[in-house]
Amino acid sequence: MANLKDLKNRIESVKNTRKITKAMQMVAAAKLRRAQEAAEQSRPYTERFNAVMAGLAASVGGSDSAPKLLSGSGKDDVHLLVIMTSERGLCGGFNTNIAKKARAHADSLLANGKTVKILTVGKKGRESLKRDFGQYYVGHVDLSDVKRLGYSNAQGIASDVLTRFDAEEFDVATLFYAKFQNVVTQIPTAQQIIPAAFEVEEGAEAATLYDYEPSEEAILADLLPRGVATAIFSALLENAASEQGSRMSAMDNATRNAGDMIDKLTIQYNRSRQAVITNELIEIISGAEAL
Amino acid sequence: MADTLQFDLVSPERSLASMQVSEVQIPGSDGDMTAMADHAPTITTLRPGVLKVSGPAGDAEYVVTGGFAEIGDGGISVLAERAIAKADMDQATLKSMIDAATDAFEKAQDAKSEGVDDAAKALADVVAIGDALGISVN
Repeated sequence: MANLKDLKNRIESVKNTRKITKAMQMVAAAKLRRAQEAAEQSRPYTERFNAVMAGLAASVGGSDSAPKLLSGSGKDDVHLLVIMTSERGLCGGFNTNIAKKARAHADSLLANGKTVKILTVGKKGRESLKRDFGQYYVGHVDLSDVKRLGYSNAQGIASDVLTRFDAEEFDVATLFYAKFQNVVTQIPTAQQIIPAAFEVEEGAEAATLYDYEPSEEAILADLLPRGVATAIFSALLENAASEQGSRMSAMDNATRNAGDMIDKLTIQYNRSRQAVITNELIEIISGAEAL
Repeated sequence: MADTLQFDLVSPERSLASMQVSEVQIPGSDGDMTAMADHAPTITTLRPGVLKVSGPAGDAEYVVTGGFAEIGDGGISVLAERAIAKADMDQATLKSMIDAATDAFEKAQDAKSEGVDDAAKALADVVAIGDALGISVN
């Protein structure tokens, strides 16, 4: 009899879990939509910015006077990894995948005798990499209080990174985040931000000859730090969308699993109930026969 | 009727305006400039200031800080790190901008870095925005 009651409790608790995961999935879906919208709204800025920067970089980049942010510090010894993960868990393989990518990168750098420094954004990645790479941590950015990602958040991170670069703490900076493809696919990505690498689109842009005011170099020097902030901002937005997408599909799976489990437990419950009834009948009948 | 050109104003967070206009007054870092249709292709960085747009659809003013304007064949795109429509600009927003600029200026002064002049100019620019819009922080 106790067994029946246990089963019933069990079913009840799984049902509650399913309610929670279902709710989380719906919350994630709503947040995902907002995150996607934010990512889309920032796209025109990023695209235009990169197009202009690519043109500028192509014309100034070759000369010796090119800013350090573009040409690099001339060395390749110290690498700063900016690892962006989420502040909360329960989002499937999202954090694990980014951490895995960063870990592989850091391992290969270390194997080549480079120095690695790690700046973490989001506490989940920080926790999961702490055991192996804890001694390389140089900083952490906490975004857990941020309700809505703004450009100022990215500026904060960017100014931290730039201050370190000016102090010659590192030579190369790489961002780690997950690029949002769709709800089921998020691609962990490594993107080098210092020295800046701009994808030059073929043909079109090069045709226009611009007047520059002030000089090309001055504009480039002014815009490169903003480029770092822009890259970080779009990475943050991509990451936010990926996190919600990942959580949504993880919670969808969890909800489905809970449903399967409830079905299985219900069958088990019905069987045991049946067995109990049969048992009672047998007892009654054999009792009657004994008379 | 005067020729019009395409005008886009985008900030990292959203796109604020995209319309046909007849002229745009841009607060460039080397001075204001007004761009009309068939302007020579130009790229200029922005100082904190007021961007004025006038066109068939009416006039508009935006407060922009940081970024650049690209005048090309296709029209004008202004990429500002922060852009606020004049109607959304209030005392508190201006005050926070002035405070931020004052902070940067004082920091640069303390550090005696090369940026003092730039920071002072940025501060003056931000204060000038208030005058231009008739908003007083005190």
